[in-house]
Amino acid sequence: MSLVPEIDYGTPASRAEKMVTLTIDGRDITVPEGTSIMRASMEAGIQVPKLCATDMVDAFGSCRLCLVEIEGRNGTPASCTTPVAPGLKVHTQTSRLKDIRKGVMELYISDHPLDCLTCAANGDCELQDMAGAVGLRDVRYGYEGDNHVKARENGEANARWMPKDESNPYFTYDPSKCIVCSRCVRACEEVQGTFALTIEGRGFDSRVSPGMHENFLSSECVSCGACVQACPTATLTEKSVIEIGQPEHSVVTTCAYCGVGCSFKAEMRGEELVRMVPWKDGKANRGHSCVKGRFAYGYSTHKERILNPMIREKVSDPWREVTWEEAYAHVASEFRRIQYQYGREAIGGITSSRCTNEETFLVQKLIRAGFGNNNVDTCARVCHSPTGYGLGQTFGTSAGTQDFDSVEHSDVVVIIGANPTDGHPVFGSRLKKRLRQGAKLIVIDPRRTDIVRSPHIEAAYHLPLKPGTNVAVMTALAHVIVTEGLFDEKFIRERCDWSEFEDWAAFVADESHSPEAIEKYTGVKPEDIRGAARLFATGGNGAIYYGLGVTEHSQGSTTVMAIANLAMATGNIGRPGVGVNPLRGQNNVQGSCDMGSFPHELPGYRHVSDDATREIFEKMWGVKLSDEPGLRIPNMLDAAVDGSFKGIYIQGEDILQSDPDTKHVAAGLAAMECVVVQDLFLNETANYAHVFLPGSTFLEKDGTFTNAERRINRVRKVMTPRNGYGDWEITQKLAQAMGLDWNYTHPFEIMDEIAATTPSFALVSYDYLDKMGSVQWPCNEKTPLGSPIMHIDGFVRGKGKFIRTEYVATHERTGPRFPLLLTTGRILSQYNVGAQTRRTDNVVWHEEDRLEIHAHDAENRGIHDGDWVKLTSRSGDTTLRALITDRVAPGVVYTTFHHPTTQANVITTDFSDWATNCPEYKVTAVQVSPSNGPSDWQVEYDEQARQSRRIVAKLEAAE
Amino acid sequence: MSHDQPHKTTDDKLIYMANQIATFFKSQPEGEQVKGISGHINKFWEQRMRRAFFVMIDQGDSRFDPLVVKAAALIKRPAEVKQV
Ligand code: SF4
Ligand code: SF4
Ligand code: SF4
Ligand code: FES
Repeated sequence: MSLVPEIDYGTPASRAEKMVTLTIDGRDITVPEGTSIMRASMEAGIQVPKLCATDMVDAFGSCRLCLVEIEGRNGTPASCTTPVAPGLKVHTQTSRLKDIRKGVMELYISDHPLDCLTCAANGDCELQDMAGAVGLRDVRYGYEGDNHVKARENGEANARWMPKDESNPYFTYDPSKCIVCSRCVRACEEVQGTFALTIEGRGFDSRVSPGMHENFLSSECVSCGACVQACPTATLTEKSVIEIGQPEHSVVTTCAYCGVGCSFKAEMRGEELVRMVPWKDGKANRGHSCVKGRFAYGYSTHKERILNPMIREKVSDPWREVTWEEAYAHVASEFRRIQYQYGREAIGGITSSRCTNEETFLVQKLIRAGFGNNNVDTCARVCHSPTGYGLGQTFGTSAGTQDFDSVEHSDVVVIIGANPTDGHPVFGSRLKKRLRQGAKLIVIDPRRTDIVRSPHIEAAYHLPLKPGTNVAVMTALAHVIVTEGLFDEKFIRERCDWSEFEDWAAFVADESHSPEAIEKYTGVKPEDIRGAARLFATGGNGAIYYGLGVTEHSQGSTTVMAIANLAMATGNIGRPGVGVNPLRGQNNVQGSCDMGSFPHELPGYRHVSDDATREIFEKMWGVKLSDEPGLRIPNMLDAAVDGSFKGIYIQGEDILQSDPDTKHVAAGLAAMECVVVQDLFLNETANYAHVFLPGSTFLEKDGTFTNAERRINRVRKVMTPRNGYGDWEITQKLAQAMGLDWNYTHPFEIMDEIAATTPSFALVSYDYLDKMGSVQWPCNEKTPLGSPIMHIDGFVRGKGKFIRTEYVATHERTGPRFPLLLTTGRILSQYNVGAQTRRTDNVVWHEEDRLEIHAHDAENRGIHDGDWVKLTSRSGDTTLRALITDRVAPGVVYTTFHHPTTQANVITTDFSDWATNCPEYKVTAVQVSPSNGPSDWQVEYDEQARQSRRIVAKLEAAE
Repeated sequence: MSHDQPHKTTDDKLIYMANQIATFFKSQPEGEQVKGISGHINKFWEQRMRRAFFVMIDQGDSRFDPLVVKAAALIKRPAEVKQV
């Protein structure tokens, strides 16, 4: 094995179509117009020495190392900033160039420490490489004069010297090694879009500085790692590299955190992970990353990770470690006993959006073929199930319509109920790049999210609607588009059902849907809605991105339909730059839905009542399948409380923390006789479990994840599972214990089964993925290369369907007892319920969940910033600390739910989306009052959790 | 049902859900309303839920939206309870 090779072309690729031919060192080379001479040379295999250029950022031309000579031109232009021109004759190596380069290098080295042997970048340092490349043999100037290298000189402090900044938990900044090439500064601006770094001072005095003389941790830096990647020296270096050393091989794999699905090179030393570096050829991330995927993998070796299976009689007992065989046999006999005693429908399972497609497929197969029912659901229930329903109804397929590259062609971007810079950071960066190039932005969100106003970006419109009024605002946008005649008639006549459009148009045109009419309950200024509608309809390619702020409502599915209506009415479907794009939460939410995790659908979104589909699986699996839809998670819990649902197999989900109305979830789990939890840690749900099966991380198994753009990415095993088995193996063993004849030897065989049974995956195989890198489904005979953009010539369902979207106020209303509306969200450094990120150094950025409250509401209640406050709803209460801000409007409060002690879901109610039962997380009527500490429930809960996590009788001791 | 208390029993929830579905389809063209409601429940409700639903419908529970009652005629009655 070796390191995955990556070529640095020095400057970004040109997108021009016109080609130019020139001669470099006697070789003819043809490249797109606008390409730099440096890049053209590299494409011809000629490496021009360089320091300040790298192809992730635009050239700056400061180091003067990349000089070339061009016949007929004077001087020695920098090849990184000089574009090609037809017929140029370029020489990259002449005696004049050699002398200049040596001189340049000599100057650099004279102000650089010569501790190469013990430097962390030894073997991976471009300064070192260039010294070698230009043949530098000695340095005439010593360190006697001005330098940045020595802390003390002749017994006196050297004012130019700066100490290392080690404040960031994941990388260090050592100014003494900086060559001031500004690659980091440009990476932070151009790639990440945060503008955290500047070059201070001029000439010999110039220095890289985070923010205004701050250290990295207290600056604006979001720790994405782009600058570290860009740095040619050891100045910015991963702490893991300093500690471990340089990697010797690397493997391409996929981030297991969010739905962007970034590709990474896992750089290894033996089985030790040295660092994760974003892969340039990754089509979702194009070489960028965020703090989670790049750095927050330490949870995989965290001391709290459970490595042995455990069993207990009652949930009040301590855990007892057992052998795997004992655990499987126990679960199998319990599940069979329960089915015998209470009926076949008395057990079920939950698939994981964090596990691979293959693992999800197996869990639903175990339930359908082994349990003999359809009681399978997944956490997508609580996030994007309305997307599936809404887009299924209107377009005919349950997924986003674009690839991420599409945003590079958008002119107007609408973001609804999503916070891409925090929730989907790498997409957020790509979006910001487009916005800085001039695309217009419309944000529809109760809260002023970061993207509304960030460096060099200002939203054209921010519609700060009252939580729960999405449908009203979306319908009002449609009202303006229809009544002002801004719709795209040609598109609608061609692609949609015209009479359905007319029906819908008449509906939205009604005065009651006008921006003026809805102002009183949405709180949005009518002229802003009108302006936004006009901009979206007439501003060029319009793309809509949305998140959980759309789906997690009583009318989540209706809002998704309203979004689809709007895209169809303006003709924004079926080409690059447009479309409807759900920003999926977890890494494999898309995949888990695709793989048949819903109780009414077999893999590929085919209803269980469809005989032809069942037949395909019945034949392959050799069993009869139920044609009745099974229970969804909330229904399972209801049935458990009612006594007809007694056993559950939960793979990699923490429903006690992620699902609404915690008390109800706890009651449901407590009423079951066999709760089996398979996870990395004793999560909150495990407090109510009878069996714990230790799971594996994405680093420890092979498989695939499908990201929000339907892209199937490979996950590759880089180390032996610490718990002994990949999750797919555990499910298989369990199935075998229940009498199923499964014999998969590798996940590729599971993918082959998926491809054989699911038309949209027909051509997918590990060999094909190895060849293609990744593909976007549908990938079959019709679209062998996959489908970056859907509905190109027509909708999957045939004609696009316009559906009336009537606003219905949620029953979760404010009143005298609960006068404020709580809405929830997430932040960058933490992920979902935080089980992983809380077990990494990411906690330095988010130690606790805080309640954001407007100064006005805080003052009324005598609350100061940082005070403990009690948050009460109709469901329950909890306490957390207040953060006073003007990001939320008066009347609205906001919190994240990354920490279990906050128990934000004690507050949320069991209201849910009418079509899918997706819980209404985004609106809860609450009261906020001063408090002096944790609520009774929190104290009780902590005690229960503490009791329940006890482990006795370690296996070694027991035997 | 009081809105100051989260709904409690599964029956309460089923009624609430059915009425919520009816509320959506009420705004749709007339011809699609009953079909929409029954189709939705047939597609997504497990047998236990439909069983409890019909017990209440058959008793003439007054909390159902009239449109739900109308749609009930098109909703699949679940099979008899049977053991494995
Ligand atoms: S880590 Fe990212 S955000 Fe922080 S300074 Fe570097 S590029 Fe900028
Ligand atoms: S920190 Fe690295 S990338 Fe930034 S200017 Fe210094 S040497 Fe260049
Ligand atoms: S968390 Fe998301 S954006 Fe960050 S590296 Fe992973 S996939 Fe990419
Ligand atoms: S690489 Fe061209 S000037 Fe530095």
